[in-house]
Amino acid sequence: MKRYLIKRILVLIPLMVGITLITFSVIHLAPGEPVEMQMAMNPKVGKEARERLRTFYGLDKPLHEQYFSWVGKLARLDLGTSFSSDNRPVKDKIAERLPVTLSLNIIALLLEFGLAIPIGILAATHRNSLLDKGITLFVFLGFAVPTFWLALLLMYLFGVQLNWLPISGLHTLGSDSFGPVQYLWDLAKHLILPLSVASFGSLAGMSRYMRSSMLNVIGQDYITTARAKGLPERLVIYKHALRNALLPLITLLGFSLPGLIGGSVIFETIFAIPGMGQLFYQGVMSRDYPVVMGILVIGAFLTLIGNLLADFGYALADPRIRNEG
Amino acid sequence: MSGKPQRFWLLVVACVIFSAACSRESTVPIPTSGAAGSPAYGDAVVEGTIGDASTLIPILATDSSSHAVADLIYNGLVKYDKDLNIAPDLAESFHISPDGLTIQFHLRRGVTWHDGRPFTARDVLYTYRIIINPATPTAYAEDFKQVKRVTAPDDYTVTVEYATPFAPALASWGTSILPSHLLDGKDITKSPLARKPVGTGPYRLKEWVAGQKIVLESNHDYFLGRPHIDRYIYRVIPDTSTMYMELKAGGVDLMGLTPVQYSRQTTSTRFTSRFAKYRYPSSSYVYMGYNLRHPLFGDKRVRQALTAAINKDELIQGVLFGMGQKAHGPIVPDRWAYNPQVKDIPYDPQRATALLAQAGWHRTSDGTLMKDGKPFRFTILTNQGNQQRLMTAQIIQQRLRVVGIDVKIRVVEWAAFLKEFVDKGNFEVVMLGWSTSQDPDMYDVWHSSKTKPGELNFIGYRNDEVDRLLVAGRSTFNLEQRKRAYYRIQEILAEDQPYTFLYVPDALPVVSRRIRGIQPAPAGIRHNLIDWFVSAGEQVYTK
Repeated sequence: MKRYLIKRILVLIPLMVGITLITFSVIHLAPGEPVEMQMAMNPKVGKEARERLRTFYGLDKPLHEQYFSWVGKLARLDLGTSFSSDNRPVKDKIAERLPVTLSLNIIALLLEFGLAIPIGILAATHRNSLLDKGITLFVFLGFAVPTFWLALLLMYLFGVQLNWLPISGLHTLGSDSFGPVQYLWDLAKHLILPLSVASFGSLAGMSRYMRSSMLNVIGQDYITTARAKGLPERLVIYKHALRNALLPLITLLGFSLPGLIGGSVIFETIFAIPGMGQLFYQGVMSRDYPVVMGILVIGAFLTLIGNLLADFGYALADPRIRNEG
Repeated sequence: MSGKPQRFWLLVVACVIFSAACSRESTVPIPTSGAAGSPAYGDAVVEGTIGDASTLIPILATDSSSHAVADLIYNGLVKYDKDLNIAPDLAESFHISPDGLTIQFHLRRGVTWHDGRPFTARDVLYTYRIIINPATPTAYAEDFKQVKRVTAPDDYTVTVEYATPFAPALASWGTSILPSHLLDGKDITKSPLARKPVGTGPYRLKEWVAGQKIVLESNHDYFLGRPHIDRYIYRVIPDTSTMYMELKAGGVDLMGLTPVQYSRQTTSTRFTSRFAKYRYPSSSYVYMGYNLRHPLFGDKRVRQALTAAINKDELIQGVLFGMGQKAHGPIVPDRWAYNPQVKDIPYDPQRATALLAQAGWHRTSDGTLMKDGKPFRFTILTNQGNQQRLMTAQIIQQRLRVVGIDVKIRVVEWAAFLKEFVDKGNFEVVMLGWSTSQDPDMYDVWHSSKTKPGELNFIGYRNDEVDRLLVAGRSTFNLEQRKRAYYRIQEILAEDQPYTFLYVPDALPVVSRRIRGIQPAPAGIRHNLIDWFVSAGEQVYTK
């Protein structure tokens, strides 16, 4: 087991190096440089000013030198400073946005699972009934409707017409002076629309998985046995069938973990939520190399760690894996 | 100037939604009392902005959001007044020597920084030194490189000497003056002032929540008097449709409308009783630029024909919903350098066909325009993310098809657009816009020395008389002489048609009626911001 662990961890090192190389190349292959994005088409900017900024960012150095200085810093957990005019450390920029994205994504994920599982079960147990068809229609509607369009309609209805919910952002102006309860209630009200829209869109995939997995299990012999020995239907479904039907969904949950730090640009733009999606998008558009590379590397690293943990889990559960190597 | 792409995505979607559901508007109680009200202190103005600021040290900022915020925090030595004339600001007065080589600024006494320290000539000297310092990553050193020497005979006088007279120089001293006592001897790129600025302006920074809002509070010691509005808040809302709904719901007091919002969605009395809409020409124009190195566009009759084949009125109606005016030169109407006598080429497809025939282009039986066995076809290149430009190109495509020209449209992401096409001269026709500065100097865009990669005369325009006039126009302070030079340049450009100048869009700000004292002027509405007020009974943000 120990050997297996060490081997798996050592494999991470060349993988990380590969990731940094690919990340670095991809962003440098994109046409345009941060300097141009800031200064192009501005008659007040002379050639000298551009050179000045290139030197300031170290873009005048050969590519391999730029790469090694970046990787060198990365090894010391320093993501460098942003190439936008604020010159702030990338770490700070990510740190101020990560909590928002992370908490939103976690709540949305919980909502999705919390809704998709019962919906899937209902659809499976009432297979081909009117209810099943209604549910199918509903979830596919959510799948097919463009998020931004639905978001705008809901904002108009609840924000402008009915005036029940705030339209965008996370806090009301002046929320700093609220008491803790009022503050949280204000935040919760701001989150209702974004979260509903986000989970509505992804219900279809999840609930369909749940439905087919449930149907699959219900067809098994042991369910027939359970029914044959006279167990009430409720127990058959929720005790015997559900547990087994949940397994593929748990795998799905594992897949969605690395996605937690990524935000959706369209979604964040519409609801004016300052999250990782906007930061990354703006970074790409302005060719802010350190920000883009930083986010990509963190994402890749988390994926690797996720896989590693999953493998450890399997190894713990299955002696064949841990004894092989 | 900047050619940055503006973002109007989702506009179409917004149209559909709003036109279908505009019957009833928000029920937020906004007072609509007809009484003018009397000036009072207090309340806040919330302005919607699509982008967060990046740094509040203006000489390091290159984005318009940062400059908009910094404009309320800092002052320059001079500013543009409401009629776009240069007026003293931190300087009490200024004098230009008769030979145009020396400008002397007499500084205001008794001005203090937000931290209470006095403002003196030392701050001006520091600002100049840090801008020209080669280690400073600023985009604004160019204008100051013409300066031979800056001296301060005493604490309240600054003398600037130039090697040759340079007319745009005076306006360049409108640059924000930075506090020397907080910056001198420190690395400006690492200064905390970028996030916590200290200026001399009417507002000071109170709170900045990245990506959400920037809250400014009024400076009670401002040298022109305490602003009436206590807080000025920028709310970051990246999407214009969302911002518009926030406006209707009362979450935003001031924003720029899109043409369709202005002309179609904000006409109900319910809306106009709550919001005041303003409309004036923006300092920008949209054009179609011909690559003059390309054999198709070498003949000026061809370029004139293309202009004659385009119906500019139709563009303004179709793209801007009438919220703009025709452009026929590089200077926006109503500026002092604008030449109203310039003959525009009117929309006339027959004339276009005749001009093309003179240049050797004839229509074949199937309607295509041919010369030496080759058809007339080209591609209009424009940047991604600007719906207005794309629509303009599409309408032009239809119009040019009428005279037998086959036009394709290609939309390219901004960085690639610059790097792969514009800088390399690898294009036939571009569709772009210029924001123009208040000073008419346009040397960088039209002078034949500015055609290298990355420079702004990327179409390769060359006219010796224009070259001479551009130099003449910038090297005297005499308004009559400058006027003569720029008038003539406009005549030549109208004849040469290196661009087809298309239209000048209108700026369309909308402000809650709660906020009073706004006086629209050629400079827009913000020139008297410190006099804006909300009368005592109507204040919303009282805290």
